[in-house]
Amino acid sequence: MTSPREAILARVRASLADTPSAVAVSRTYRLRGERDRAGVIELFVERVRAYEATVVVADDPGAAVASALEAAGARRVGIAPDLDRRLRPPGVELIEDQGLDSRDLDGLDGAVTTCASACAETGTIAIDGGPGQGRRALSLVPDLHVCVVRAEAIVETVPELIAALEPSAREGRPIVLVSGPSATSDIELTRVEGVHGPRRLVVIVAT
Amino acid sequence: MTHSSLDPAAARDARPESFPHAATGALANHQVRANIRHATTSIRRKRAGVVAEVPDWELLRAAGAAIKDETLASLDAVLIELEASIQAAGGTVHWARDAAEANEIVVGLVRAEGAEEVVKVKSLATDEIRLNEALEGAGIRPIETDLAELIVQLAGERPSHLLVPAIHKNRVEIRDLFRERLGRPDLSDDPTELAEAARLHLREAFLRARVAISGANFAAADTGTICVVESEGNGRMCTTLPDVLITVMGIEKAIPRFRDLEVFLQLLPRSSTGERMNPYTSLWTGVCEGDGPHAFHLVLLDAGRTRVLADPAGRPALRCIRCSACINVCPVYRQTGGHAYHSPYAGPIGAILAPQLLGEEGAVASLPFASSLCGACYDVCPVLIDIPSILVHERGKAVARERSGIEGRSLKVLGKAFATRAGYERAQRLGRKLQRPLARDGWIAHFPPGPLGAWGRSRDLPALPAQTFREWWESRDEPA
Amino acid sequence: MIDRVALFVTCLADTLFPNAGKATVTVLERLGIEVVFPPDQTCCGQMHGNSGYPAEATALARRFVDVFGGFDAIVTPSGSCAAQVREHFGDLLGGNDRGVPGRTWELSQFLTGVLGLEDVGSTFEGTVAYHPTCHSLRLLRVGDAPLRLLRAVPGVDLRELPDAEECCGFGGTFAVKNADVSTAMLDEKIAAITASGAENVCACDSSCLMHIGGGLRRRGVPVRPIHLAEILAS
Repeated sequence: MTSPREAILARVRASLADTPSAVAVSRTYRLRGERDRAGVIELFVERVRAYEATVVVADDPGAAVASALEAAGARRVGIAPDLDRRLRPPGVELIEDQGLDSRDLDGLDGAVTTCASACAETGTIAIDGGPGQGRRALSLVPDLHVCVVRAEAIVETVPELIAALEPSAREGRPIVLVSGPSATSDIELTRVEGVHGPRRLVVIVAT
Repeated sequence: MTHSSLDPAAARDARPESFPHAATGALANHQVRANIRHATTSIRRKRAGVVAEVPDWELLRAAGAAIKDETLASLDAVLIELEASIQAAGGTVHWARDAAEANEIVVGLVRAEGAEEVVKVKSLATDEIRLNEALEGAGIRPIETDLAELIVQLAGERPSHLLVPAIHKNRVEIRDLFRERLGRPDLSDDPTELAEAARLHLREAFLRARVAISGANFAAADTGTICVVESEGNGRMCTTLPDVLITVMGIEKAIPRFRDLEVFLQLLPRSSTGERMNPYTSLWTGVCEGDGPHAFHLVLLDAGRTRVLADPAGRPALRCIRCSACINVCPVYRQTGGHAYHSPYAGPIGAILAPQLLGEEGAVASLPFASSLCGACYDVCPVLIDIPSILVHERGKAVARERSGIEGRSLKVLGKAFATRAGYERAQRLGRKLQRPLARDGWIAHFPPGPLGAWGRSRDLPALPAQTFREWWESRDEPA
Repeated sequence: MIDRVALFVTCLADTLFPNAGKATVTVLERLGIEVVFPPDQTCCGQMHGNSGYPAEATALARRFVDVFGGFDAIVTPSGSCAAQVREHFGDLLGGNDRGVPGRTWELSQFLTGVLGLEDVGSTFEGTVAYHPTCHSLRLLRVGDAPLRLLRAVPGVDLRELPDAEECCGFGGTFAVKNADVSTAMLDEKIAAITASGAENVCACDSSCLMHIGGGLRRRGVPVRPIHLAEILAS
């Protein structure tokens, strides 16, 4: 008996029997942006803010993290074990995620992470499990996500972002793209910020 | 939470109706029509705004179409590469020829895990194969976690829109549903409060879930990476927290390269929700030690897709990335909503995809005629599917299959008559003669049954004038 | 400079709306163009093509090319018939179209695009709402050509038609096969026309005007459907 796999592949081949296989993809669209560094940062800030997220540009990201947590009233905060010391504010109970279970994460007031890269045009931050980012659940389950973005990690366009992330995909690392706080438009297509993911997103651009 | 026994949609499906028939019923529901008009008007405006700001939009559309065509033209190789990449990354790949096979695989995997419930991310593929019914039949409780899918599931209905399955319900109706089904008599109709109620209701389900089921927006063959785009975070919850993740995906969702996401992640969010980027995009590659599920299963679903592939004229329908832009601009959908289409795929894309997937049989056979061919769908399609042309192609298939009624016979007779000048002019004279009992004061306002009667239910018709243009032209040529 | 055109009047205008054809002749002749009417013409086959009868549509397309193949310019007062010739003949005839599609023009496209004119010497008194028909808009891409012509007519008081680009619900056999949906779309179009406050609703297609006009009359709405050519011929 033919396996489903072989049957499907045979159907595909039969369907394509008289089809030329060469289809050229022409990548004539913009592969990179044209703004200078300051312009890219400015666009990123504007676009993240458009999602109703909080954006701070800071030359002292540690202090910015501290004030973001204080402003949110977050006391017990999850971090990755390898989060940079300078991003760990004093006076807050920092809990390193050494395999916390989902309920532990749910009991936290927030999480502080870094990110891998970011895209200005779409106001997107990308998390790929690299240094300071932790596993995906850390920046998902708590209701507040404070994310520190190195200014030089911000690219202008989506093709540049995908190019920056491709090595992580090849290594099999999971990636999450975050563009603003969680939202739904399911009720009358009216956008409501905050459903299951963190309802508050604070993005700190470290210059 | 189940909807198998009292599902009005299921009862209706047992008695297949044509689109015109179902549409007539839908038109009577003024509340639903008002809800849909309101929602589609707002999404159209948003989409137009964020598309206009992309200077290379047309180039992206062309590239999106080309990548999809490239995939389809070598789909066997792409699927084999995808399978190998996922296996290399610790995932398992299953193949399902049809809905029954896919459901059997999924039920088997859930049972092997000993789970009695699963959390689900909104997935058209699983709607299409009616996975929830199969799970319920096996004693497994599916929990829809997308807000709109939850609304539809709680109401015991079927989705009416690809992207916003509860588009037919307004906030007051949702409030009433949540008051009753979530035991929250305190709720107001504020969307923020309703979303909060869903959050509380589902959080516990996410935390205890052992198995999750998702669909896929894209699957990159070279890296084996699956991509799910979403807004609420329920997708992230489902693909991150449970022990086992099962993804059911139509075979046409594969793309050759991870890099191709640079095109689709621009086209999709702007076309679908009218955002520059959707809030969350999850990309995972097999399993990752210490982060997320420890087992990942991909179910590759045919269920008619190879049938679509076999017809070169209908094949571009498989480019579809399920953005729903065509639905939101469709003047027919705007009047009827999605239920009249008898398929999870409603609107213009549904009208070309559903009949092809199902072999042009049953309730969906009339869908290719459910269009005025206005072309608004083609204008907005991010992967340049010429939907009007495929509708016409599908009409031809329907006409060739079913021997004609009065309309078909009339068109055949006219076709023959118009083949010669004499026949054409004879038809003109005959028309003038036949209309005599009907025409009054230059108009026909009362009609015999049949196509003319259908016209006459809401419109008068000018009577044929005493002189055709060509008769006037000839009289003009005569010397005065 | 084109000084001679063949008129493709369309089967619908020939039989049911001869005034649209006569008006087209008037406008073209006023501009000093010789109009030829090849009497062997019948129908472009659009209705057959769009309804799923490609064999009949192909036969009519072949006939069209035979009748009009010898002319440098073919002008028609119909956006959708021009679209059938320009956009679909190539596929139907497998390329054996003798270049006819590229030489076939909807009236407003011919006047503005080929002749480069906007003012064609008309005068008209009245308020007008312009409805861009779907095939003129999205297949032919006539853009604002009809509006530019209308704006150049002294006495035309153009009124804004809300949601102008929405389909009126005609769609050929759609109007009878899905009569109720077609009617619902028509109701919205008529509401928009009423809201515009215009006394005339103008379009480049007699077919859509037949649908809109029939609906206006049935509902007792005192708005007159009028073909663009009829305004330009005034």
